Amino acid sequence: MAILDHDAALARAGANVTGLWSQAAFLARRYPLGAVGGLIVVAFVLTAAFANVIAPVDPLSTNSRASLAAPSSTFWLGADFMGRDMFSRIVYGARISLAVAVGATALGFLIGIAIGLASGFLGGWFDLATQRLMDILQALPLLVLALVMAASLGPSLENTIIAIAVALVPNVARVVRSSTLSLREQPFVEAARAVGMGEVRIAVRHVLPNTMAPLIVLATAQLGSAILTEASLSFLGLGIPEPYPSWGRMLSESAAEYVRTAPWLVIFPGVAISLTVFGTNLLGDALRDIFDPRERT
Amino acid sequence: MAEANMPVVEVKDLKKHFPVRKGLLRRTVGHVFAVDGISFTIGVGETLGLVGESGCGKTTAGRAVLRLIEPTSGSVKVGGTEITGLSKAEMRPYRAQMQIIFQDPFSSLNPRMTAGEIVGEPLLVHGVASRREREAQVAALFERVGLRPAQMTNYPHQFSGGQRQRIGIARALALGPRLIVGDEPVSALDVSIQAQVINLLQDLQRERRLSYLFISHNLAVVEHISHHIAVMYLGRIVEYADTRSIFTRPQHPYTEALLSAVPVPDPAIRRQKRILQGDVPSPVRPPPGCHFHTRCPYAVARCKVEAPPLREIAPGHQVSCHLR
Repeated sequence: MAILDHDAALARAGANVTGLWSQAAFLARRYPLGAVGGLIVVAFVLTAAFANVIAPVDPLSTNSRASLAAPSSTFWLGADFMGRDMFSRIVYGARISLAVAVGATALGFLIGIAIGLASGFLGGWFDLATQRLMDILQALPLLVLALVMAASLGPSLENTIIAIAVALVPNVARVVRSSTLSLREQPFVEAARAVGMGEVRIAVRHVLPNTMAPLIVLATAQLGSAILTEASLSFLGLGIPEPYPSWGRMLSESAAEYVRTAPWLVIFPGVAISLTVFGTNLLGDALRDIFDPRERT
Repeated sequence: MAEANMPVVEVKDLKKHFPVRKGLLRRTVGHVFAVDGISFTIGVGETLGLVGESGCGKTTAGRAVLRLIEPTSGSVKVGGTEITGLSKAEMRPYRAQMQIIFQDPFSSLNPRMTAGEIVGEPLLVHGVASRREREAQVAALFERVGLRPAQMTNYPHQFSGGQRQRIGIARALALGPRLIVGDEPVSALDVSIQAQVINLLQDLQRERRLSYLFISHNLAVVEHISHHIAVMYLGRIVEYADTRSIFTRPQHPYTEALLSAVPVPDPAIRRQKRILQGDVPSPVRPPPGCHFHTRCPYAVARCKVEAPPLREIAPGHQVSCHLR
C-alpha cells in the first residue's frame, strides 16, 4: 500500500503519475541523493554486464614488461606486479562483486524468508528455537560470521556466496517474522481460514506478499554489505581465489608491498568498492523513505 | 421437511478461556474467561443479535462458533452435526455453511489481491475448478451486492469503506452459506452507508433464507435487524428474548441500563437515565456470584455469592437474575 500512497502524493504534487519516466523524474527531484545512488548502481550493473566490451584487454593476461606500470594512455589505471591492466581488472571485478552481491542476497533472503515465515506463522517451540539461533548468529558481526563460514568452507566463488548468505539470514528472518506476527492476526487471514484454506497456502498467498515492501528496502541495503564483506573476505584471502579479479583481493595483494611505490594499485580498487557500497546505501536509504509513509510529510 | 424446523446452529455451554502466561517458562498463571458458558440457537432465516459492552466476549463468541478460535469446551451443532471435534478436513464442508463478515473493511481485504480474486478465493479453495466459471460466479456476486463486475480487477484501496464492506459480504456469500456471523459489520461505516449495508443484509436474508449471528454494541442497529437478542455481560448471556420483549420489557438490570443509554431522537422526551457506576470487572478475575453485582443498583447479599442461572420467566424470555 505504501507505493500506492506515494502515487497519491505524486498526484497531489501535480505530477503526471501515468508515465514511468515522469514518475522517476519526480522521485529523483525529491530524493536527489537516492538518484545519485541509483545512477551509481545502474553504472555498476552495466559495467558488470558489458565488462567484455568495456575492458580494453583480458584482465588475466600478464605482461612482464608492464609490471607496476603507472597510469598512462595504455594502462589507464596502471598495471599490477604481473603487468595485468588494472582498468580491465576493475571492470571485470564488477562481475565478481555483482555475482556475489546478488547471489548472496538472493540466497540469504530465500532462506531468511522461509525461516521468518515459518517462525512467525507456527510460533511455539519452533519459533523459540529459531529465534535463539538467529540471536546467536546476529550476536556476531556480519564479517566475523562470514569469516568463520568462509574459513571452514574454503575459498571459492560459491563458498563466498554461501558464507555471506548465511550471515544475511538473521536480519531477513527477523523482518519477515515480525510482519508475519502482525499479519497472521489480520481479518483477511481469518477470512481465508473461515473458508477452510490450508495454513501453508494462507502463509504463501496472504502473508508473504504483504511482507515484501520492507524486504525490498532491506535487500538494497544488504547488497552493499555483501559487496563489502566479499571484498573483506578476499582481502583476508578467504574469498575469491586467484586469478579472478576481486576488488578486495586486488587491494590486499598490493596494500602491504606497493602502497608507496605503486599507490594506484591500492587507490583504484578501493575507490571502486567505496563508490559501489556508497551508491547502494544511498539508493537503499531513498527506497526506505519512499516505502515508509511515516517518513513523508 | 423436518429440516425446516431444525435450527441452523445450536450452541450449548460454549466456553473460551484464554490462558494468561507469565515468566520465562510461560507458565499458566490464570485464565481470561472471555466466554464463560453461553447457549443459544438460531433458526433458519433468523437473526440473533448479540449485544454487550466492549470486552464482554461477544466477538470471541462469534469466532468460537466458527472455530476460528478453538473453543475450550461446549458444543456447536451446525444443521444437527457436532462440529467441535472435527478435523480440518472434516470441517471443510461446514466451513462452506458458515461465513463471517468483519468490522474493519480495510484490514479484512488483502491489499495485494484484486476484489475479484478476493471474492473468488472461497470458490478456488472449494474447488470450483474452471477460471471462467469462477469469474462468472464472482461477477454475479458483485452484481448482487451492488458492485459493478467491471470493478473486479480493482484493488481494495480503490473502493470506499461501504464498497469494501460489500466485497466482504460477497466473499461471505460465495459458498452459499446458511449462517453468517457479522462481527460489528457496520460499526466502522458512516451512518448513511450503515443503512445501505443493513438493507442489503436484510434483502439477502429474505432471498436466501440466511441466518445471522449479528454481533454489535449498537442497539439501534440490532433492534432493526434482529429477531432475537442475547445480552452478554462478562462472558455470560444475562438476558435472551425476542427483540420486542427486550426493548419493551427488559428484565435484567444490565439490559435496562444499556437501553437507557440509547439516545432517543426527540428532545421532548425526558427519560430517567440509569448510568452504571464503575467499569466492567476484569475477565481474568470475574466477581463471584452474579458477575454484574458490582455495578448493579439492586444488588442484594445473595447476588454476591450465588450466580443466578438463566431462567425462563415468560415464554421465550430468559433472564439470569435472582430478583426476577
